[in-house]
Amino acid sequence: MSTERSTGVARTWRGFRSHKLAVAGLVVVSVVTVVGILAYVDDAYLGNELITTLHYSPFEPKFMPLQGPSLAHPFGTDTLGRDVFSRTLYGAKVSVQVALTAVIVAAVIGSPLGVVAGYAGGYVETVVMRLVDVLLGFPALVLAIGLVAALGFNLTNVIIALGIVYVPQFARIARSTALSVSNEEYVDAARGMGYSTPHIVLREVLPNCVSPLLVQASLLMAFAIIAEASLSFLGLGVQPPTPTWGQMVSTGSGYLTTAPWISMFPGAAIFVTVLGFNLVGDGLRDALDPRESGERRF
Amino acid sequence: MRHRYVAIRLLQTIPVLLGVSVVVFYIIHSAPGDPIVNMLGIEATDENVAELRAAYGLNEPLYVQYFNWLGDVVQGDFGQSITRERSVAALIASRLPATLFLAFASMVIATIIAIPAGILSAVRKGSKSDYSVTVGALTGLSIPNFWLGLILILLFARTYSILPPGNYVDPLQDPVNAVKHVILPAVTVGTAFAALLARQTRSSMLDNLNQEYVKMAKSKGLSSRKVFTRHALKQALLPVITVAGLQFGYLLSATVVVEQVFAWPGMGRLIWAAVRQQDYPTVQGTVLVVATMFVLVNLLVDIAYSYLDPRVSAS
Repeated sequence: MSTERSTGVARTWRGFRSHKLAVAGLVVVSVVTVVGILAYVDDAYLGNELITTLHYSPFEPKFMPLQGPSLAHPFGTDTLGRDVFSRTLYGAKVSVQVALTAVIVAAVIGSPLGVVAGYAGGYVETVVMRLVDVLLGFPALVLAIGLVAALGFNLTNVIIALGIVYVPQFARIARSTALSVSNEEYVDAARGMGYSTPHIVLREVLPNCVSPLLVQASLLMAFAIIAEASLSFLGLGVQPPTPTWGQMVSTGSGYLTTAPWISMFPGAAIFVTVLGFNLVGDGLRDALDPRESGERRF
Repeated sequence: MRHRYVAIRLLQTIPVLLGVSVVVFYIIHSAPGDPIVNMLGIEATDENVAELRAAYGLNEPLYVQYFNWLGDVVQGDFGQSITRERSVAALIASRLPATLFLAFASMVIATIIAIPAGILSAVRKGSKSDYSVTVGALTGLSIPNFWLGLILILLFARTYSILPPGNYVDPLQDPVNAVKHVILPAVTVGTAFAALLARQTRSSMLDNLNQEYVKMAKSKGLSSRKVFTRHALKQALLPVITVAGLQFGYLLSATVVVEQVFAWPGMGRLIWAAVRQQDYPTVQGTVLVVATMFVLVNLLVDIAYSYLDPRVSAS
């Protein structure tokens, strides 16, 4: 059993590796994640010493506002004279933290719901899928805005809101995969051998739904990063002074002609990160199942 | 058969809309702060608060409050805005045209670019143009729209004064200027949408070009142009319509952000301002209207699809 699974992973990795763009995406995603983790550790445990020693503090003004890019400030300085480069590095923290946690929350809630609905069918399926339909009745960002409006604008609430918004994505894919898996012979065999329903769902059905859910997760990471940045841009996400990419672009939008670097660099950071996740998602999809077209929604 | 399908789809929409209304009601109900205390200010006595709360029906059990609210909403009464001296319905009516114009313009621009691009990419699979379309679509999908909007303003409005940086002009009063003003915001909203459409057109075109009936038509001696236009193209565009309909929600999401960039006086800016000012009746009304529009567009797409492809209503 374990050797079978490891050859599956090895085959997937070989397929993934043959996509040059997917590998490039993986490199981008890894770099952004490492920067995000370092910024998190620095903020939580080192009192911002790390990034300040390496470069300038992302928080303290140096009284050199609106300086263009230079060796000392590769991305220039903002309206308060803070270094845009170190703030952009710091922005990775919120992006990665929100996107990753929200997608995990959505997967943990949505996948079991979908698997149970697909396997059980009947009344359970109807109830679960109608709830999913209701959540899908909202344009994603509008629902997220409604939720943060009610909960309040902070890190945890942005995560909760996006987590709820993406539940249907996992539920739908898990349901359709579980539906087809539950008709497979090995599931029939397990039933015939008298295994309990929870056992069959957990040991036979769920593991076989993992690949499409994984593809979905990596594509949703891309959307979650844009969604978090959009909320921050609108001032409805994580509040200042914590730097976020969306918020930095928003600040810079008032200085578009005099100091375009304030908004251009953090915007480019969002773009490159999202591109990375999209490339990884596409590569993973092709490697796991070339026929699977994947489902996208904003 | 088809009528039955349409009837079933219509009936299925009702519980979804009810569910949406429950979510909207509950979200706003659980929002922080007491609207009555906010209205009266800190000097209000407990009796004042209790009196006004009774007057607004806020003493009733939650489900009674919900049904009262729903009854008003069905009649087009969304209540009164807290921060502006107007009814929420009037606010929505004044903002909706700008958003619809922007969404429509985005759809037109996206379709004009994406469908030919997707077809070209599929027909010349593996060529340089296929590669450019694929890379272009991936870029369009990954670029945050508010950042793209700023780049377009910087390039086309500030550096070279070719186009105005947004500012809504009523298309009924001055159509020429209205179109000029909508181009930059519409391109911003439409980019990711175009990317999705191009991808979908390419893959469904490729699927159809490999189908037996296309090979059959070719072997019967039909010219490739005829095979292409009469058979493959028609079939391939069907799933594209569905994707376009499903992604209408994306357009609505995108307008919320892009309206902010271009100071576009639409629903998105209204929602944003209402959320910032904790004007809950307005948040409730606008979110409900946007979600209802989204559900109804999806319904229309499904019905239209059943007319285009009889297999849908048969199953």
